[in-house]
Amino acid sequence: MERLHWVQHRCRQLLEGNAGRGWYSATDGLPTKTSLDAHSSPQRVSGKRRTVFARHGPHQQDYEAVSKSYQSNAIRTTKYSLLTFIPMNLFQQFHRAANLYFLFVVLLNWVPVVEAFQKEITMIPLLVVLVVIAIKDALEDYRRYLFDKKVNNSVVRVFCGKQNAYIVQRWKDVRVGDFVRLSCNEIIPADMLLLYSSDPRGVCYIETANLDGETNLKQRQVVSDLPLQGREFSLESFRGRVECENPNNELSRFRGYMEHPGGVRVGLHNNNLLLRSCTIRNTETVVGMVVYAGHETKAMMNNSGPRYKRSQLEKLLNTDILWCVLLLFIMCLTAAVGHGLWLNNLKDPVFQVDTETSPALAGFYVFWTMIIVLQVLIPISLYVSIEIVKLGQIYFIHNDLDLYNKQLDSRIQCRALNITEDLGQIQYLFSDKTGTLTENKMVFRRCSIYGVEYPHEENARRLEVYEAEKNEEAGRSLTLKSGCSGKSLSCRSLSCQRSSVSLHTLTAESQEEEEEEQLSNPIHPRTNAFCSRVAKDVVPDPELVRKLNWFCSPELALRDGSSGTPSSLELTYITDFFLALAICNSVVVSSPSQARHGVPEARTPLKSLEEFKLMFQRLSFSPFTALSTLPPPQMKGSPLNFTRRLFARGKTGTFTPTNSATDWPHLDQESHLEPTNLKREQDLSFTAEGGDAGQTEHRDTENEDAKTSPARQDVEDLIRDLDCESDTNEGLLYEAESPDEAALVHAAQAYRCTLRGRSAESLLVDLPGIGSLTVQLLHILPFDSNRKKMSVVVRHPLTGHVVVYTKGADSVIMDLAETPQGAEQTQEIYSHIREQTQIHLDGYAREGLRTLCIAKKVVEEEEYEVWLKGQLLAESSIENREELLLESAQRLETNLTLLGTTGIVDRLQEEVPETIEALQRAGIKVWILTGDKQETAINIAYACKLLSPNDQLLTASCGSRDVCAALLEELKVEVQRGKASLTEPTAAGNHGESSSGSVAGFILVIDGRTLEWALQEELKSQFLELSQGCKAVICCRSTPLQKSQVVRLVRDQLGVMTLAVGDGANDVSMIQMADVGVGISGQEGMQAVMSSDFAISRFKHLSKLLLVHGSSCYSRLANMILYFIYKNVMYVNLLFWYQFFCGFSGSVMTNAWVLILFNLLFTSVPPLIYGVLDQHMPADTLMERPELYQVMQSSKVYAPYVFWITVLDAFYQSLVCFFVPYFAFAGSSIGVLSFGSPINASALLIILLHQVIESHTLTWIHVLVLVLSGASYFGFVLVFSVFCVTCSPPTNPVGVETLEMSQPLFYIVCALTTVTALLPRLLFRVLCNTLHPPAALTSAQMDKVGSERYRKKMQCWNLSLSRSNTLPVCVDNPGLEPGTDSGAS
Amino acid sequence: MVKEEQELANRPDNTAFTQQRLPAWQPMLSAGIVIPGFVLIGLAFIGIGVALFVTSRSIQVLEFDYTGVEQNSPCFNCTGQKVSTCVCNLDFSVDSPITGTVFFYYGLSNFFQNFRKYSVSKDDSQLYGDTDYFKSPSVTCSPYDYDSNKQPIVPCGSIANSMFNDTFKLFNINGTKADLVPFDGKGIAWWTDYNIKYKNPSIELLKNAFNNTVKPIFWFKPAYELDTSDPDNNGFINQDFLVWMRRAALPNFRKLYRRINKGLPRGNYSLEIAYNYPVLSFNGRKKVVFSNVSWMGGRNEFLGLAYLVIGSMCVFMSIVMLIVYAKFKFPEED
Repeated sequence: MERLHWVQHRCRQLLEGNAGRGWYSATDGLPTKTSLDAHSSPQRVSGKRRTVFARHGPHQQDYEAVSKSYQSNAIRTTKYSLLTFIPMNLFQQFHRAANLYFLFVVLLNWVPVVEAFQKEITMIPLLVVLVVIAIKDALEDYRRYLFDKKVNNSVVRVFCGKQNAYIVQRWKDVRVGDFVRLSCNEIIPADMLLLYSSDPRGVCYIETANLDGETNLKQRQVVSDLPLQGREFSLESFRGRVECENPNNELSRFRGYMEHPGGVRVGLHNNNLLLRSCTIRNTETVVGMVVYAGHETKAMMNNSGPRYKRSQLEKLLNTDILWCVLLLFIMCLTAAVGHGLWLNNLKDPVFQVDTETSPALAGFYVFWTMIIVLQVLIPISLYVSIEIVKLGQIYFIHNDLDLYNKQLDSRIQCRALNITEDLGQIQYLFSDKTGTLTENKMVFRRCSIYGVEYPHEENARRLEVYEAEKNEEAGRSLTLKSGCSGKSLSCRSLSCQRSSVSLHTLTAESQEEEEEEQLSNPIHPRTNAFCSRVAKDVVPDPELVRKLNWFCSPELALRDGSSGTPSSLELTYITDFFLALAICNSVVVSSPSQARHGVPEARTPLKSLEEFKLMFQRLSFSPFTALSTLPPPQMKGSPLNFTRRLFARGKTGTFTPTNSATDWPHLDQESHLEPTNLKREQDLSFTAEGGDAGQTEHRDTENEDAKTSPARQDVEDLIRDLDCESDTNEGLLYEAESPDEAALVHAAQAYRCTLRGRSAESLLVDLPGIGSLTVQLLHILPFDSNRKKMSVVVRHPLTGHVVVYTKGADSVIMDLAETPQGAEQTQEIYSHIREQTQIHLDGYAREGLRTLCIAKKVVEEEEYEVWLKGQLLAESSIENREELLLESAQRLETNLTLLGTTGIVDRLQEEVPETIEALQRAGIKVWILTGDKQETAINIAYACKLLSPNDQLLTASCGSRDVCAALLEELKVEVQRGKASLTEPTAAGNHGESSSGSVAGFILVIDGRTLEWALQEELKSQFLELSQGCKAVICCRSTPLQKSQVVRLVRDQLGVMTLAVGDGANDVSMIQMADVGVGISGQEGMQAVMSSDFAISRFKHLSKLLLVHGSSCYSRLANMILYFIYKNVMYVNLLFWYQFFCGFSGSVMTNAWVLILFNLLFTSVPPLIYGVLDQHMPADTLMERPELYQVMQSSKVYAPYVFWITVLDAFYQSLVCFFVPYFAFAGSSIGVLSFGSPINASALLIILLHQVIESHTLTWIHVLVLVLSGASYFGFVLVFSVFCVTCSPPTNPVGVETLEMSQPLFYIVCALTTVTALLPRLLFRVLCNTLHPPAALTSAQMDKVGSERYRKKMQCWNLSLSRSNTLPVCVDNPGLEPGTDSGAS
Repeated sequence: MVKEEQELANRPDNTAFTQQRLPAWQPMLSAGIVIPGFVLIGLAFIGIGVALFVTSRSIQVLEFDYTGVEQNSPCFNCTGQKVSTCVCNLDFSVDSPITGTVFFYYGLSNFFQNFRKYSVSKDDSQLYGDTDYFKSPSVTCSPYDYDSNKQPIVPCGSIANSMFNDTFKLFNINGTKADLVPFDGKGIAWWTDYNIKYKNPSIELLKNAFNNTVKPIFWFKPAYELDTSDPDNNGFINQDFLVWMRRAALPNFRKLYRRINKGLPRGNYSLEIAYNYPVLSFNGRKKVVFSNVSWMGGRNEFLGLAYLVIGSMCVFMSIVMLIVYAKFKFPEED
């Protein structure tokens, strides 16, 4: 039975395996693995996992039984092989409707009764198109093949069972179950379990840049509890069996367990897995066992190739193609009916060939013949041309220096190849905030601890100086910026020096940093570790420093017992706060000298460690072992009492808040006071006790420790002291997963609370005044977006308690930070701290700071034991592991004690306000969708000038649907009222809004909850109406899902072109939903980039991307398509007119070769050049006048009427082109081909010159191509007419062209035809350029006369726009115009 | 330095091409540039137009319809009967002498030599003298490839079959004396047709090549006997045959029949027509044309007029533009 199943599996897998071989196909349905070995798998065999044994060694048999179905490590990303290329490529190409149509035409020509040309001639266009595409595909595929070959043949050392040693093998020979040994800087060939690392702690670092572009190092851990760790790894000792899940594409998830021979199971997770294509760093040697190979690796499964979207223009184009089809149908029908009637009227003529077919049937045949003759009307090469043109456009976008980021050495990435012109039509822009508008370089700005706010004035000044610095530099030169080194407080003077050096050294600020980092850190060039200098150099708050310093030197407090001395409780808060900042993270520490190291040797502490432990035990607190367990302390405690109490608690390991708050009641009354007042109050009230504590402390320590008394230095000195200290730490580099973490670690470092190193089990931390401490790390509960917080569980170095430090979003922490049970005054203190902290939080948010709350919890040993069991269980489970872990984490993170909160500044990226302003002027509505809170979002919106001071904010925040409905209605009324009052005073100010951004508008601010209601079916139309009345919309507190819902709502309901820009994983759904998704490759990894159509590195690039490239691409493509259609209609109509003179019989007056090649060869390159190189306006103008974007936005270049004008012009030209020769030769002895010769020649001239008229710019490339095109035609027909003696019947051209071109009449006719045909278009263009372009259609032509005059024109245009929209009248009424002109200039 | 370059490996090339800064000429189609251009074009066109018009006027053309539809026309009697040879005389007088070489054309109306099925109905290889195709003519000739006895027709196809077979003789009437006006039939076909495209089979006696073939159904004589007076003017390189085989582009056309090298002096003439070709069934007309030619070909007043009209329009438009330009542009440019 089992075997039967297995056979089924094999079959299915073979099938799927083949299907999955296709290029980049997601191999979801990969082989499910059933173990055959009865003894190897006693438990239930799930279809969702795979079993891996060592390939060599004792389990060889098991291995062979199990691993047959596993893919080898060879990869093949090519679509085709040599054999399958032609059939598969043809198959794919015939998926296109256009190709099918032409195949149909070709087949039609094989039907004898309707045959129009020789069979081979009609095949040419199709063949050419197929061959061109096939060559393109083949080249692409060949490149992939070469790449695959290179990758497959890379070598790696693999353990060989026979030789019992590691031998060099090629990547493609690596199999699942192999042991692979890698050295530093080698690339990982397959997904491997890390079994051995030369690092004594069993960790290894990998750089995942190849995978996701993140350059910071990630730590990987050897599978725990391997008995062999520590020794050189030997295979004989490895007898384990690995069970893990089947291959999937989730990079950050790996679950499984390893079963040792004894039956012991060890959980495996993502931390144990080395991913293919990552690079080993900082680790000498690692050994891993391959679990997934080849296409089953996570890296390969994530490889999804470029994206294909359909652009708006192509959809429009399709309707026009349909019109062309209709036109073709009408023409063919006309011919069919005409032929029938003509035949019907003929009675036995001499020239009759076929008398048997009835006129009706002959008419029917002619219909099909005409389809073949007029096939060119449906432009087969248009689709190919569009593809080529888009490639060219992409090439130019990709090569734009303005879209190149020097710091990251990254260009723009164009991931979607076929929506370039959509960039020119964006109407709504949805932007993420963090990392998109802002740098996502977090800088610690201020904090609040124990309810006391530390404003960090100097720090603020430093940041301001930095900003000013930046702006100043920006003013001097747009591209050159000088950074403030900010090493000391004299930032300004330093920067002055810097700006005085030659421009050569003035480079972009962060680049400088990067360079410096690189210099100092040669091992990891381009490591982007959130270590910008501005983030590193936090200037400490003097007040806080003093308090900390007091802690370092207790005698200070003893002697100076006056105001400002903190209570011991406050001190523990402060210390815990900074300890939490330093350790509650996943930061990797390294220093340039010693690379990334774990825990270095602890330095000799400044003070005896024991004493500090003692003190901390005394001072530490726990909410649940509150005072209630103890007898009420002596309230009006004397120093002596207090000391005794401290000692008593120290002994029992329990503790109480050390405040004996006799005077708390009155504090309670005053809790509404300003924080500073309150602080003073507190300080005063605690002075006595604090002094006591200090005294106690001092008595214990003063003998041993005399050198750590900075005595009465003033604050400045202290700060300098701190600076010195931090200078010694200068070498430390922090690499964090999120920039917030780095900012906080740097902030802690500024207070001499320095994270020196980390390993899996411990952390080395410097504490001010204490020195290096080793903190035993018990657990890290990593950040996840559900919990919105992260925690570390450590054994406190001083108290020895198990302590949980939690850091997270304020909303979450504030809810969890519960007021402890117990004594009244304790509760009062806590609630007071909470209130104060909340006040500070709100203040921070108003300032636009990102807030994080820090909390702690002391866990009883027994409680910890209980929790630990659950946690281990969760960790080792394979199924539902995430859920269990989440649950476990939540179990621990309760009853937190709030320590304080931090405010982090996230600076705006450079030129964001300018970009947003430009986009708004371009008529793009900018929406901000952010997960941040309302105040922060509004603040950022102000900062980036999305909001102007005279804008009116409409805030929508409500709890239920009905309220929401009412609110939306109300706001709508308000907007209407506002609009009315706005427009009344300026009667003609209809256009005011679009032409200038200064007019006050409405800004809708909506929060996530309200958005939930607003997005519902009943309310969404109201919401949309409201938002349409607003200048901008800010959605705060929105989830990723909501973001994408908003985009979808706007896109679908308003039918507008949307663009979403974001940088993080939370923006992915939004980016995918929008018509154009732009990813910012920033600090948060590459998920956004991977899902985007275009990836840029700065927000400011958007303006050039949209305003210049978007607009150009759209204009180019639209004009090219119009030109293409014009060309075809014009040429095909020549043939059609001839039908009126040949009895609608489907005759042509041209040689069939010339006819086919005319479109395919002689006139095919100029439109391509036109589509790639034409510049409808200079880039500078487009950047300076974003208003011009609106022309594209409303798709006026390719509006239906433009299409019809083009078609009409084509009709006119073809009429001229046919009937001038007709009248010139009527009644003469002209032969068929002689008649066609001047028609063809003048058609070619007309078509080429038409492009010259339509082109906005002509470069030598244009001229060359045009000349070559013309020459190729004349060359071809001349050669053809000389050498084609019996070929190509019935239109044998021998002697025709040579004779024709030797006669003056030919040139006379051509000249007349060409001039007459082009005259109207030329006149139209000239009139447009002479008169003021009245409509958007022609505004594209305005710039012909140079930017200087152009600007004048624009002023005029704006003026007249703002006066009234009667510009068309101006054209007819010249009197109006000069007045406007003089007014403007 | 090397390091720096490596770091900026992704930096795009800063060339005029990649940065789209190629020096470009913007076709400044503003009135200021275009007005002089228009004036120039207009004047040139008017000049050409005048020249064409004058030339065209100087060409003399005599045209006579001899279909015989009307009762009083000389060939009326030939239309009714089905006699194989009917001769009629067309009398006319030349008032002003036609100087230079006079071209004598026959013309057909409503005759669609460009009808698609008609125009494919020939065998180029056969006409190139390839005797293989004498035995099995191309299918394109169908139904004129074999006669009812399955004998191959040479030359096959409808074009050859429908060859114009009226013949003309022109007499100068001097009182009662009728002098035959000599016709020149040499070189009336295209040089390429005569020398390259059409060839007789390279067999000693042309007649032998046509063994086992039959003449086209409508023909009176086989191809090798088309011109009894000149043995070299037979077969596929017979000048009249070549002229006929070059299909006319339009349904009303004329074809060169002969040249009269000495011109037509004033006087009375009589054209003797051997009336064979039936056109009435499809409502066609037959005519003869005497014309001399100029450098621009035959008489055609359309071209001259068109040039004059377009040229004047250009000049007119440039004046209009000048006015518009003066009104709109000059204030702004100050």
